[in-house]
Amino acid sequence: MSKLVAAAKKEGTLNVIALPPTWANYGTIIKDFTAKYGIKVNSANPDGTSQDEVNAVKQENGTSAAPDVLDIGQAVALANTSLFAPYKVSTWSNIPTAQKDAGGLWYEDYGGYMAVGYSSKFGTITSLSQLLGSKFKNAVALNGNPTAANAALNGVMMASLAQGGSASSIADGVAFFHKLKAAGNFSPVSATGATIKAGTTPVVFNWDYLNLPSYVGVSNWKVFVPPNAVLGGYYAQAINKNAPHPAAARLWEEFLYSQAATGGQNLWLQGGARPVEQPTMASNGSIDTAAAGKLPAVSGTPVFLSASQAAAAATYLAANWAQAVR
Amino acid sequence: MAVTATTETGARPARAGRRPSGPAWVGTVPFLGYVGVFLLFPTGIVLFNAFRNPAGGFELSSLSTLGNSAVRGFFVGSIELAAVSSVAGAVLGAILAYAIVAGNPDGVVRRVYLAGSGVLAQFGGVTLAFAFLAAVGPTSGFLIHAGWFYDFPQGISLIYVYFQIPLMVLVFLPAVDGLKVQWREASENLGASAWQYWRHVGGPLLAPAFTGATLLLFANALSAYATIQAWENQIAYTVPQQISTAINSEVGLSNINEADVLALGMVIMVVIIMTGYALLQRRAAQWLR
Repeated sequence: MSKLVAAAKKEGTLNVIALPPTWANYGTIIKDFTAKYGIKVNSANPDGTSQDEVNAVKQENGTSAAPDVLDIGQAVALANTSLFAPYKVSTWSNIPTAQKDAGGLWYEDYGGYMAVGYSSKFGTITSLSQLLGSKFKNAVALNGNPTAANAALNGVMMASLAQGGSASSIADGVAFFHKLKAAGNFSPVSATGATIKAGTTPVVFNWDYLNLPSYVGVSNWKVFVPPNAVLGGYYAQAINKNAPHPAAARLWEEFLYSQAATGGQNLWLQGGARPVEQPTMASNGSIDTAAAGKLPAVSGTPVFLSASQAAAAATYLAANWAQAVR
Repeated sequence: MAVTATTETGARPARAGRRPSGPAWVGTVPFLGYVGVFLLFPTGIVLFNAFRNPAGGFELSSLSTLGNSAVRGFFVGSIELAAVSSVAGAVLGAILAYAIVAGNPDGVVRRVYLAGSGVLAQFGGVTLAFAFLAAVGPTSGFLIHAGWFYDFPQGISLIYVYFQIPLMVLVFLPAVDGLKVQWREASENLGASAWQYWRHVGGPLLAPAFTGATLLLFANALSAYATIQAWENQIAYTVPQQISTAINSEVGLSNINEADVLALGMVIMVVIIMTGYALLQRRAAQWLR
């Protein structure tokens, strides 16, 4: 570890990409990493998608500006393993087997559950079917186009589960949004912090850690995870195999997976995201209990989409989404 | 005045000098270089890639994507939106242009409208979408029970018309300016009614310019991306939106080849439209010199 720190300090720089400072506490994480190791972090295209990250790795391959480390969704990780260098962090055994590549090419980092964030002016939402009511006119938005954005695809899938569907088919979710559109309640506008503050997208389907009052920037904002539809999603870390700063990249991963009070796992938790080592940390006592207590309460067994379920959902959406909500 | 005169005489020798030596086309090199690097080169890459399969070989089969019914839907959406917004923008813009010409040619009103049109014709993108969201969206208190402004294509067309009208004013005003007062007076002297004047003189004279300007507006709407992407973020209706999905989909639907083929379809449409525009402009120019 001390050799790694020395090598990383010698490189002096780390290139990261698509990490919004307000997302899962990344602003603090980057700042703390620089303060601890004296390594400068170049943060490129903070609002990019996972696919943008992979495109950057390919297009900037061999240059000193290429991303060293990636934080990407499952589908993109599985489709691009040939770009990654295997690495196993020192806490590797604490990552559940289902949430990492056995060879260390990618490993899930943090995640959350799909949730409905809404303005408290609507009172309390206890079931998704309430959203079909007349007081939600033009109010309900997804986080992006489900044929492009992973969070939006999971939003539709969560609606599907809430209708009693299974993770193998997203059809019930598309049917729900069709009803929502027919009722005049679906808002196609891009939901951002600005539209939420302005009140034009008062109901947003998004990951719970992106639906916190602190993240969206309004105080009268509530989060609801339907009890029969707890859909989890995790992002994954991977290292660019041609990383311009290979040691800094590996040190960054060690920092992110550290269970120390000031380590990455607890920092993500303080950002409202659920770190992948959370179960172990809860049992070994290293978890920040105050931060853990603030996570939205959920009841029921979380569902995680397998790669084939996610692919089937995307294929169905490509053929049916636009027609269903026109 | 004396100062101005001195400056003018002082400047004259330089300006009155002989034309610089060298062939006449030298002056166009920067322009052609610019067009080459930022228009022709990228278009060439799109054409080249559209005929390649993902493995890197050349084949025509990737073009079969254009026959796919979902893909046809994006072209239909683009054409619907461009047609509605260009016709509405052209009609309203033409009326406005006529009203401006009818006023004092050196008046403040004309100058304000032209300056305003020059600015607003370029006002688009996320800012415009957000401005409309604040003005007519659910929280504005205005049109609160009407969901039609989110419906395609009328809702987004309303927003496009915002930059289509000023563009129409800019491109159509010279044609209306070209209508000579004497023609109107002559037809009135011969006993023509206002309707007969427009039916037989004004209308036919302006028709090529009007149709040409409408085509320009059509192409303008066809290529707009950021405005509709902010307004209809969760559904792809138009080709540019689907090109974006094909490039950056993170759920496994990213397909660069499809993006190139869609872009090729756009290039073909724009070539057809702009050829029509050029032909109509040439016809319009016969009368309006």
